Amino acid sequence: MSDSIVSLIDVEKSFGKNKVVKKMNVEIKEGEFLTLLGPSGCGKTTTLRMIAGFEEATSGAIKVQGESVEDKEPFERDVNTVFQNYALFPHMSVFDNIAYGLKIRKRPKDEITKRVNEMLDLVQLKGYENRKPDALSGGQKQRVAIARALINNPKVLLLDEPLGALDLKLRKQMQVELKRLQKKLGITFVYVTHDQEEALTMSDRIAVMNEGVIEQLATPREIYDRPFTKFVAGFIGESNIFDGKVKALHDGILDVETSSGTMKVKGSGFDVGESIHVSIRPEYVKVNSDPVEGFDLKGNVKDYIYMGTVVKTSVDLKDNIEIKYSRFEKDEDFKEGDSVNIYWNPERAVAIKAKK
Amino acid sequence: MQKNTFKRKTLPSLAMAGPVSLWMILFVTLPMLYIIYISFMSRGVFGDVVYKFSLESYETLLDSTYFKVILKSIKAAFVTTVLCILIGYPFAYYIAKKPKEVASKLIMLIMIPFWTNSLMRLNSWLLLFQTSGPVNNFLLSTGFIDTPMSFVYTDGLVMVGMITNMLPFAVLPMYSSIEKLSRSLLEASADLGASGRTTFFNITLPLTFPGIFSSIILVFIPSLGIYTVTDMLGGGKVLYIGNIIKNQFGSIRNWPLGAALSVLLIVITGLLIYIYTRFAKIEDMEVL
Amino acid sequence: MSISRKQKGKRRQELLGTIYSVAIYTILYIPVFVMMMFSFNNQRYNYYWNGFTTQWYAKLFNNSAVIGSLWYSVVIAVLATVISVTIGTIGALGLKKYEFRGKKFINNMLYIPIIVPEIVMAVALLIIFIKIGLSLGMGTILIGHCTFCIPYAVVTIKGRISGDGYSLEEASMDLGANRIKTFLNVTLPSIMPGVMSAAFLSFTLSIDDVVMSNMLAGAKNSTLPVLILSMNKTGVTPDVNALTTIMILFIVIAMILNNFIRNALKKRAKMEENI
Repeated sequence: MSDSIVSLIDVEKSFGKNKVVKKMNVEIKEGEFLTLLGPSGCGKTTTLRMIAGFEEATSGAIKVQGESVEDKEPFERDVNTVFQNYALFPHMSVFDNIAYGLKIRKRPKDEITKRVNEMLDLVQLKGYENRKPDALSGGQKQRVAIARALINNPKVLLLDEPLGALDLKLRKQMQVELKRLQKKLGITFVYVTHDQEEALTMSDRIAVMNEGVIEQLATPREIYDRPFTKFVAGFIGESNIFDGKVKALHDGILDVETSSGTMKVKGSGFDVGESIHVSIRPEYVKVNSDPVEGFDLKGNVKDYIYMGTVVKTSVDLKDNIEIKYSRFEKDEDFKEGDSVNIYWNPERAVAIKAKK
Repeated sequence: MQKNTFKRKTLPSLAMAGPVSLWMILFVTLPMLYIIYISFMSRGVFGDVVYKFSLESYETLLDSTYFKVILKSIKAAFVTTVLCILIGYPFAYYIAKKPKEVASKLIMLIMIPFWTNSLMRLNSWLLLFQTSGPVNNFLLSTGFIDTPMSFVYTDGLVMVGMITNMLPFAVLPMYSSIEKLSRSLLEASADLGASGRTTFFNITLPLTFPGIFSSIILVFIPSLGIYTVTDMLGGGKVLYIGNIIKNQFGSIRNWPLGAALSVLLIVITGLLIYIYTRFAKIEDMEVL
Repeated sequence: MSISRKQKGKRRQELLGTIYSVAIYTILYIPVFVMMMFSFNNQRYNYYWNGFTTQWYAKLFNNSAVIGSLWYSVVIAVLATVISVTIGTIGALGLKKYEFRGKKFINNMLYIPIIVPEIVMAVALLIIFIKIGLSLGMGTILIGHCTFCIPYAVVTIKGRISGDGYSLEEASMDLGANRIKTFLNVTLPSIMPGVMSAAFLSFTLSIDDVVMSNMLAGAKNSTLPVLILSMNKTGVTPDVNALTTIMILFIVIAMILNNFIRNALKKRAKMEENI
């Protein structure tokens, strides 16, 4: 536990009757890039704001470096925030915006100048110091906001959907830059986003949140390959999810009965007759003209969407369920309307316990 | 082709923008030009206007009696403005920090008294403070004073009337500029280490300055030209520029002098607006 | 959890703010309550409190001067509202939509009656009216009121015309409605809230106006505010207090009703949404 820099212990937050964060426990490790990922309204921004001190937890404790911070005002905490819409002070120049944290602390003038110049170098904004925020592009504003938050040498940098307002190309570029910056400075980043792709590219660990609860906290790879819950499986990347019951189990492989037919999935800790979700990524779905042992998923090929090197197709199964699958364009395959059998490597599918 | 543009463009624009333009030219531009013209004429023996160029009226303004009134008016308008801003800003701030639903009700609560006739509200101060009014009765009964105090027809009571009449015009623009202030800016300041006080002076105050300036204009200029407050509460003893102008077109009949005083007010107004437009756009002024 | 130091500070600040605001509201409402109180005073000129009576409410309707001036004020206010809102509405649309020479000039002119002290506008109009030989009376008062109501109407309505308004109009014309039909069926309804608040504003500005009415009235009739101003020398009589009390109660009740209906409609809409 000694290496965790921020600890949330049983943290809850309600706005009136509305419970936004429920019994949350997280240990954020020193120097890691942790992302809070979830749809809007899942409580991720509220969690961030509680760490920053803008919201007070209804119950539970928040510790920074082992020290409880409930009693500390935002301006007394060693964490800094990069705001969603940058929140640059419109009446101040880039220089004054970045210098703000030091000026407030009444640092000597030459120190301020030196530090601001270092920051301008760091975010590659030399020469822009006299501009007002209005005269900057979105990406430039973003850099100023980061520089401004970093000048106080915070223990933790909190970033609230910082790239949300940028266009796709710039967002991708900033993702790389942010990750590089974090590695270089070695500061802990706590990053809030609803964009799963962004989370997967940048994070050391991802906490997937839904309705005030962390559904899974793990590395991007684990989250993608081994989702714990149906929500995580559906939210991260594209997935086909089937609801069914375990029919039989042997050698760590489950036979599952669903309304679309039977299928196989690797899994352990399940009983016969138990409710289960099976998740399979489109890229692992395979198609055959003859039935494959253990699978009974028949249907007709429906759409055929060409996307460069990949082709996305879907097959209509029984009970009006549609399964998506993708494959490389050059691979030989079936045409629209063909009757096919679906199967996959049971190792590639994920068995998820149904919630009671 | 030409007929077509006429029908599609010229005719609708003439029909729509025409009436308002005509009205403004007839009843704003012309009278304004005419009053400036009259201010450079002189007064005849019987109160008529002698149509010959003269600076007589402007020279009269420098005359000590008139000059004193002008200074007194400017001072009174200045004090009213400063007090309205000082009293109004914390009030506006308090309302702006309430949830939107509550804030709009609180704003409504400010407006309701202003749907009572303004003269009757002024008259109420007179009733309250008159020689045998409630305030004097209370002070006499508690033994604070032995003889009734005379509040009525004093500069002090006029000031009470001015401030209570003008306060909403100070509060509303400041309220809307404080309300518009993004919460994240204040949070960013706190996040970077500034206490509430420091944030107020570094962020809130400079960013709500346009609202404060709107308030200054909306209070100072009307205060400068007001005569109803002095008439109702000053009983003819307290005179401001507004009273003097009114009298020149009434009993005293010195149109050029009244016109010159009006031009003075126009110049002061223009000057303030010019300064204002250097900070903000006039279209953004919260007039309502 | 115990109350933190942070929360304590916040609560104290909140309390101070509330006390301060209550004090301000008290000062704003004192004149209204004093006015109401003295409508029940049993003394002819309200020089001192002389016991409770309701006689002025009865006598009010026999005082032809007061009722006459009220009627005069109302007629002027209604006419001023209709004229100002009509000219203001089409003017706001015209000024927003069309480019023409002198548009900037007209826009600037619109700010003059709003900003320049009213007494200046009043005397300027007075000397023009006298110069062209217009006799003072209801007509001149009406012109005076419209001169400051039109700019307010234009500003209020202009604020309500969004960029979206154009695409709505274009859609309407695309579907075959001509300009006038488009105006009546699409444009006007979309700016109706602005038109309503312009009307409300014009009416209140006109009915409460003293300066223009006093300057441009001529010798015959006077509006209610002008009558009150002239009573000031001898003391405003309690029947006027009674009248203004009735007026403010009328306005407040109308407002509450309006609010009530709007809330009820909102609730219904919300319920329907949930179904």
